[in-house]
Amino acid sequence: MTPTILIFVRRVGISCIVLLGVSMLIFAIARVIPGDPARIALGPSATAEQVAKLRAELRLDEPITTQYGHFLSELAQGDLGISLYTNRPVVVDIAQFLPATLELIFVAGAMMIVIGLPLGIASARWRGTWIDNAIRMIALLGVSAPSFVWAVILMLLFAYFLPLFPIAGRISDTFAIEQVTGFLFLDTLIAGNLAAFGNAAWHVILPAFALALSGIGQTARLTRANMVETYDKPYVEMARSYGVPDRRIANRYAFKPSLIPSLTIIGLDFAAMLGNAFLVEAVFAWPGLSRYGVSVILRKDLDAIVGTVLIISATFLIMNLIVDVLVTIINPRIRYSRTAS
Amino acid sequence: MIVPTLDIRDLRLGFRTYEAYVEVLHGISLNIAPGERVALVGESGSGKSVTARIVLGLLQLLRSARISGSVVFEGRDLDRLSARERQRLRGTRMTMVFQDPTSSLNPVYRIGTQFHEVLRRTEPRINEHAARERAAQMLLEVSIDDPDRVFESYPFQLSGGMNQRVMIAMALANEPALLIADEPGTALDVTVQAQTLKLMRELVEHHHTSVLFISHNLGVVREFADRVYVIYKGRIVEQGPCASVFERPGHAYTRALMAAVPRITGGGLPDIGDEPRDFSQPLVVHESGGYA
Amino acid sequence: MRRAFAILASNPLSLLGLILIGIILICAIFADFIAPFPEHRGAVVDFANFNQAPKWPHLMGTDLVGRDLFSRVIYAYRISLILGVVVLGIAVPVGVTVGLIAGYFGRYTEFALMRVTDVFLSIPPLVLAMSIMGVLEPTLINGMLAVTAMWWPWYARLVYNMTRGEKEEGYVLAAELIGASRLHVMFREVLPNCFPSIVTKMTLDLGFIILIASSLSFLGLGVQPPTPDLGSMVADGAKYLPDSWWLTIFPSLAILIAVFGFNLIGDALRELFGADQ
Repeated sequence: MTPTILIFVRRVGISCIVLLGVSMLIFAIARVIPGDPARIALGPSATAEQVAKLRAELRLDEPITTQYGHFLSELAQGDLGISLYTNRPVVVDIAQFLPATLELIFVAGAMMIVIGLPLGIASARWRGTWIDNAIRMIALLGVSAPSFVWAVILMLLFAYFLPLFPIAGRISDTFAIEQVTGFLFLDTLIAGNLAAFGNAAWHVILPAFALALSGIGQTARLTRANMVETYDKPYVEMARSYGVPDRRIANRYAFKPSLIPSLTIIGLDFAAMLGNAFLVEAVFAWPGLSRYGVSVILRKDLDAIVGTVLIISATFLIMNLIVDVLVTIINPRIRYSRTAS
Repeated sequence: MIVPTLDIRDLRLGFRTYEAYVEVLHGISLNIAPGERVALVGESGSGKSVTARIVLGLLQLLRSARISGSVVFEGRDLDRLSARERQRLRGTRMTMVFQDPTSSLNPVYRIGTQFHEVLRRTEPRINEHAARERAAQMLLEVSIDDPDRVFESYPFQLSGGMNQRVMIAMALANEPALLIADEPGTALDVTVQAQTLKLMRELVEHHHTSVLFISHNLGVVREFADRVYVIYKGRIVEQGPCASVFERPGHAYTRALMAAVPRITGGGLPDIGDEPRDFSQPLVVHESGGYA
Repeated sequence: MRRAFAILASNPLSLLGLILIGIILICAIFADFIAPFPEHRGAVVDFANFNQAPKWPHLMGTDLVGRDLFSRVIYAYRISLILGVVVLGIAVPVGVTVGLIAGYFGRYTEFALMRVTDVFLSIPPLVLAMSIMGVLEPTLINGMLAVTAMWWPWYARLVYNMTRGEKEEGYVLAAELIGASRLHVMFREVLPNCFPSIVTKMTLDLGFIILIASSLSFLGLGVQPPTPDLGSMVADGAKYLPDSWWLTIFPSLAILIAVFGFNLIGDALRELFGADQ
């Protein structure tokens, strides 16, 4: 099992380098802002002294490399600065809004896997038939619209015309749940309030599905493509010539080798969801990172922008790490290779 | 009278494409007695592999394939069986050994798991432990004396020759009546190929298994088979006992094939006439004593 | 080229794609003649006809200040397509060059270039464009810049992976043996072999750029009013659901149809070239 750990350590190392790069990139982007962030934050009525004072506090007059150095040393202490928009530490803001976004993404990710993979398998197993054509069509439609379009359409159909789901929000106002982790699914369980748990689940379905649709389409398309390729491999013919039933071949012998390339793409789709969550949250008034993110961007709230992007990228890198580990686990070729490259 | 293990009569196969109907087999007849080793020899594209896949009932699953003629396996006409019944025969009464052992084993499952799957074909409820024991016996028969290590391995961790032995063991584990060997071991080194073929020959003799041996290499066929059919462009052009065909090849195509067998002694490339007209001469049958 | 076109036209799905994209292209190019109310692309108000459900002569209804939605959708297509073409026009050469150099030279060059690419690829696509957009003024040109910044790394990675494969091929070794320059090998030997994949990806990407650009403007980080834009039309209309459903549904479907059309063609091309992602 040593190679697995070696690969993992290596990947963590590379991820850290990449994350450092991300911080530089985003720091650089944030500092080329035209206009004075201090002036924007204080408003037109502020005096020149007030602006100068804030500029000094924000170290805006120092060279960018010094600023970045300060940023890094603060980051090392878990400090991402103060948001000019909320006047609170960025870390606190993110800790408040991130769980709602993550909850949405996890549910959407689960939908993507639970719906997308079987669709892809079915499509490949019955390739060339009407089942295949129907699934391919649905999958292509899924990837052909941004998630806000799906959000709007789903909302119109299943919240307004057929009022099956709530129109907006994370949970009905009637429930007062104490915030412990920020994840409603956990907090409602901690409170032992099953009705609230059900209510939260009922609220998450529509936005999560809107968010998942393009991932479902992508997963189904990729799984199909990989499996069709696998179906031409000698080992599938071997399984066939030994009379292994079609169903078992599809779900086991052709599926597992095909899953390896699919997994990598599923990881990337998770990343896309981190961005697309902004769109879905806006439609369903989901109290996640989206409104905060868009607000701080529009207000040119430097520390908050850098912090938000950094946290999102870190989340993305962690998800990719998990995918890498999963790929290693199901792909014995990597697990047992001596040259862990 | 003995019921032949396999009796193919006037088998025709065609494919319907968008443009036209292409016939690949033009009525071939072939039979294999119990325990007999029969070779089907021809160049690639001559129709030998599709014949094997019809016997296994795999081509019948393709909607574009049109098959006529009869394939009778152990007295049962495959055409009268349902797809389900044909599937039940695969892996139990008939099995197959493939050209490239390493790529024919699933790369993401351990050998032990794959062997278990094969054994479940005859004994669906066999548990892991019993399967291991049976499989270990089979591996001993193919001279693998550390079965546990092999079971724990993935195909890419074993050598080609090792995988080939595993495949042979799997093919014979369920005591099939017919073993189809499609260019076995062509992907292996010549010496390894020879070794495993010798092993396979001993085993089928021991188990009294009929073999349909498909090859393009007459040299290998001579070592392995009792009787040989030469196939050229979807037609059988010569058939008879191995010894007789090799001694007195009657058909121009057979002679060309024989000239093409590589010899270690050298002597340059064989001289095969560019004139394939001779190849369309009629079927040459060598009388075999008794059984036909 | 003509053969490829004939093959595309013979498959019902890719034919549908060609038709959809054909119609959209014609609408975008000849918008001034096709749009029933061309002046409605700008800041026009017609309060006599505001917020009307679809009915002649307003095929898709009118918006809150009385502008014809159909006309605005057509002009929005024009802008989206221009944006897509410009983005690809910059992102593809940049990405391809980076990928070729990294793949062909290997070693430290490869490490440096591909880590930079990784940095760009590890910020979720929309988030990167959003933060660039937030920093810059929301204009069409800046929108193009933001989308380009997030797009080139994908071509770098694609071409990098292909170059690494092609580098070992016989024809490259042969060219090196007879003393061809590195530039020659990269751009004249390796690059042409990557073309099918690049062209396929470009077709698919035209759709996805429309998708991303509309997402940006949906969040208010794109083209600003009164310029017609599909994303901001959906965002504006979503406040008036479900009563004024046409305000959101038609621009939404417009995005869906365009992206779907490009995807149909892209898929067919991929099958035609046998190119993998």
